[in-house]
Amino acid sequence: MWKWLHPYAKAETTYKLCYRLLPYFSWLAVITLVSGSIWGLFYAPSDYQQGDSFRIIYFHVPTAIWSMGAYTSMAICGLIGIVWQIRNAELAVYAIAPVGAAFTFLALISGAIWGKPMWGAWWVWDARLTSELILLFLYLGVIALYNSFEDKRTAARASSILAIVGVINVPIIHYSVEWWNTLHQGASITKLDKPSISPDMLWPLLLNISGFLFVLAALVCLRLANQILINDARRPWVKAMVSEKTNKAEQSKNKATLADKE
Amino acid sequence: MHFNSISEALAMGGYGPYVWSTVGIVIAVLLFLIIHSMTAKKRTLTMLRLEQERADKIALAKQSNDDYQSKPNHN
Repeated sequence: MWKWLHPYAKAETTYKLCYRLLPYFSWLAVITLVSGSIWGLFYAPSDYQQGDSFRIIYFHVPTAIWSMGAYTSMAICGLIGIVWQIRNAELAVYAIAPVGAAFTFLALISGAIWGKPMWGAWWVWDARLTSELILLFLYLGVIALYNSFEDKRTAARASSILAIVGVINVPIIHYSVEWWNTLHQGASITKLDKPSISPDMLWPLLLNISGFLFVLAALVCLRLANQILINDARRPWVKAMVSEKTNKAEQSKNKATLADKE
Repeated sequence: MHFNSISEALAMGGYGPYVWSTVGIVIAVLLFLIIHSMTAKKRTLTMLRLEQERADKIALAKQSNDDYQSKPNHN
């Protein structure tokens, strides 16, 4: 049943899969993000308490959700890499980390900009904000740890372990608004009963949530393909790509000298 | 459309600077990330090409040195 997975243990197959999936993810991201953002910014009704400042939600919530989603998938990749020694999973850890870090940064910044008019402060040291900040530091730790080893197998193992240990932070972020007294509002759409948000506001939010997921997927495809290329630098299929590039460069150089002579 | 005019939409009910700065920062960070990810393959191939050229040069130099050494009476 799981036989279809086998070919993807080969790096070249995964590399090709990345580039085959890329256009789908990219176009879905463009369509959902553009329509969701325009709908949310201009057509959704304003909030009865927060006025038009609530429109920041269309960027704050998707980036915050996927900052945690990316971290969880990064930790799962790390676990797969450590337990089953699958090199592609280890490479995926380092492919996901920068994108997750950027999403976390965006969630923190948009939250601060939203907090200023609503709470009267850019930043407060409460549970939700602090745990999200720790998530950013975990991402940066994974990136720094990976870059601090010359041997990339050791680097991948060390950063995978950090990613796995740090995953404890994800449920803490999620439940922080329930476990501690906080300024941050509770969940609105991930509640088991009816979501406490009007459908006119919810639809563009769902569009942008899916849009940021597609952005994440597209960027991870690109970055994973690049990591596979670096990892397989000594393999024939990558060498063929490199020599093709060298030939092209020489050809254009020859053309240029011919043109000069004429 | 929720707003009556473009200037009203830009004002965002007095929250314009907050909403639009968020939009600007999101676009800037995403653009940076997209460009950085899209040029990654090119950077890698250039790096590998330079490495290959360097290795070729070293091999060539070694070869000519060996040829020189193996010739008799070169002093």
